[in-house]
Amino acid sequence: MTRLACILLLLPLCLSAAAEERRSGFQDMAPETQAMQQDDTANPGMLWVLEGETLWNAPAGPAGQPCAGCHGSAESAMRGVAARYPAWDEADAAPIDLAGRIQQCRAARQGAPPLPRESEELLALTAYVARQSRGLPITPPEDPRLDPARAEGRALYTERRGQLDLSCAQCHDENAGRRLAGSAIPQAHPTGYPLYRLEWQSLGSLQRRLRGCMTGVRAEPYAYGALEYVAIELYLAQRAAGMTLEAPAVRP
Amino acid sequence: MMAPRRLLLAAPALLLLPRGSRASPEAMAEAVRGFTGGAEIRPGRVTLEISPLVENGNTVPLSVSVESPMTEAEHVRAIAVFNERNPQPHVITVHLNPRAGRAMLATHIRLATSQTLLAVAQFSDGSFWSDRAQVVVTLAACVEG
Amino acid sequence: MARVLLNIPRTARKGEVIAIRTLIQHVMETGYRPGADGEVLPRDIIRRFTASFEGEEVFAADLSPAIAANPFLSFTMVASTTGTLVLRWQGDKGFDQTETREIMVTG
Ligand code: HEC
Ligand code: HEC
Repeated sequence: MTRLACILLLLPLCLSAAAEERRSGFQDMAPETQAMQQDDTANPGMLWVLEGETLWNAPAGPAGQPCAGCHGSAESAMRGVAARYPAWDEADAAPIDLAGRIQQCRAARQGAPPLPRESEELLALTAYVARQSRGLPITPPEDPRLDPARAEGRALYTERRGQLDLSCAQCHDENAGRRLAGSAIPQAHPTGYPLYRLEWQSLGSLQRRLRGCMTGVRAEPYAYGALEYVAIELYLAQRAAGMTLEAPAVRP
Repeated sequence: MMAPRRLLLAAPALLLLPRGSRASPEAMAEAVRGFTGGAEIRPGRVTLEISPLVENGNTVPLSVSVESPMTEAEHVRAIAVFNERNPQPHVITVHLNPRAGRAMLATHIRLATSQTLLAVAQFSDGSFWSDRAQVVVTLAACVEG
Repeated sequence: MARVLLNIPRTARKGEVIAIRTLIQHVMETGYRPGADGEVLPRDIIRRFTASFEGEEVFAADLSPAIAANPFLSFTMVASTTGTLVLRWQGDKGFDQTETREIMVTG
C-alpha cells in the first residue's frame, strides 16, 4: 500500500523531471552562438523578420489586400499562433503547418500568386508570424482529428530509413547529447523554426531541417509540403509541448 | 545501437574548401607586410576576441578592441585581421579616426579550419601593435549529404 | 535592394560614444566554392563599407571573402552634433546600397 502510494506520488515527479531533461538545441550551442541568437541586432534571422513585417503590410492580390488588412497588427493577431501549429485545417480536412496556413491565406484569401515552400517571401512571413510567439510555450492543439497524423509522425520518427538504416529516434532519443563528428546531437525539439542555420548561411524551415536529416542517412526525402513532414512536425510539437519558442533561432 | 563510425561516412562539406590555393603562414606574413610596409609589430594594446572552440566555421563572431584615447594627437588609424588557413590570408581592414571615439570593431567571419588569427593595429605615431588567437573549428557533423 | 537591419540610437548626448550595429543581406559568395554543376561560383562579395557623418568619414572597412554571409559590422562614433549618418555598402556585380539615419544630439 505504501509502495503503491509512493509510486503514485512519484509519478508526477518523474514526469516533471523528464520534462526538465528536455533540452532545446539552444542549450547545446556554444555561448557565442547563443549570444548571436539572443541579440536581435546580430541574429541574421531578424533580416527575414524585418522583410516579413514589410510583406505583412504590403498590398497583394487583385483586391490589394495586405495581411494586415484582415488581421490587423501581427503583434496581437499572431501572438501565440505559431505555438499551436501544426493545426487542423477545416478546408482540406487535414493537418496543416504554419507555412502551409500562410500559403493558404495568401492564395485563397488574398488571391495573390502562391508562395512556394522555402521561398524567401514565405520564410519571411513565417518568421515574422513565428516571432510573435517568441517566449511562449509550445501548445499543441488537443483536437482529436490530429491524432492519426500524430501517430503516423511517431511511426515515421521511429522507423529506420536510408542506407545508414537509422531512425530519428536512434539519434535524437538514444544518442542525444553525444557527439557526432564534432557536433552535439540535439534532442530535435522544433523550438526555433524558421531559423538561421550557420551551415545554410540562410534562414530555413523545419521541413528543410528534416530533409537534411533524411539525406544525411542517405534516405530519399519527401517533397516539401508532404503530409509525412506535417505528421513528423505534429509529433515533434507534441514531444516538445510546453517548451519555449525561440523563433527565429540560430543553430550551427 | 547505431554505429557511430559509419556515420562519419557522411563527409563534412567544407564551404571554404579551396580549389588549389590556400593561405599559409608565409602567405599571411606577406599579407601582413602589405599592411605594415614591413614595420615592426609589437604584441600588446590590441585585444582580439574570438571563441577558442568554434562549432561552425561559417559564421564566427570576432571582435577587436585597441587601447587608445582616439584623440587627434594619438589614435588608431587602422585595424586589420589576418588568418593562416582560409583561401586568402586577409579577413578585414577597417579605417578609423578620432570621430570613431573608440578603436573597436565586431563582425562575423568564416574559418575554413582550425588556425591562428592575427589582428594588427596601426597607430597615428606609425607604430604597429597586435594580438593573436588560436581557434579550433569542430566541423559541423553535416549529416546533410 | 538588400534588406538591412540597423541598430543606431536616435538620440544621444553631446560627446557620447554611440554604438552602430549593421546587418545586411548578402550571400558573400567566396569565389572558391563549386556550385551544383561542379564549376566554381564567381566571387560575389561586398568589398567596401563606409560610414560618414555630416559628410565626414567615421569608419570604413575593406572586406574579403572571409566575412560571413549577411555581413554584420559593429563600430562606434562620437555624437558631436545633430546630423545625418550615411552608411554605404559597395561590392561585386555593381552592388551599391546606401542607408541614412538622423541622429539627434542634445546638451
Ligand atoms: C481576406 C482576409 C485575409 C487576408 C488578406 C489574410 N488572411 Fe490570414 N486568415 C484570414 C481568416 C478569415 C483566417 C481564419 C481565421 C481563423 O481560423 O480563426 C485566417 C487565418 C490565418 C492564420 C491562422 C491563424 C490561426 O489562429 O490559426 C494565419 C497564420 C494567417 N491567416 C496569416 C496570414 C498572412 C501571413 C497573410 C498575408 C500573406 C494573411 N493571413 C492574409 C483572413 C485573411
Ligand atoms: C545520424 C543521426 C541523425 C539521424 C538519423 C537524424 N538526425 Fe536529426 N539531427 C542530427 C544532428 C547531428 C543534428 C544537429 C545538426 C547538425 O549538426 O547537423 C540534427 C538536427 C535535427 C533537428 C534540429 C533541432 C534544432 O535544435 O533545431 C531536428 C528537428 C531533427 N534533427 C529531426 C530529425 C528527424 C525528424 C529525423 C528522422 C527523420 C532525424 N532528425 C534523423 C542527427 C540525426
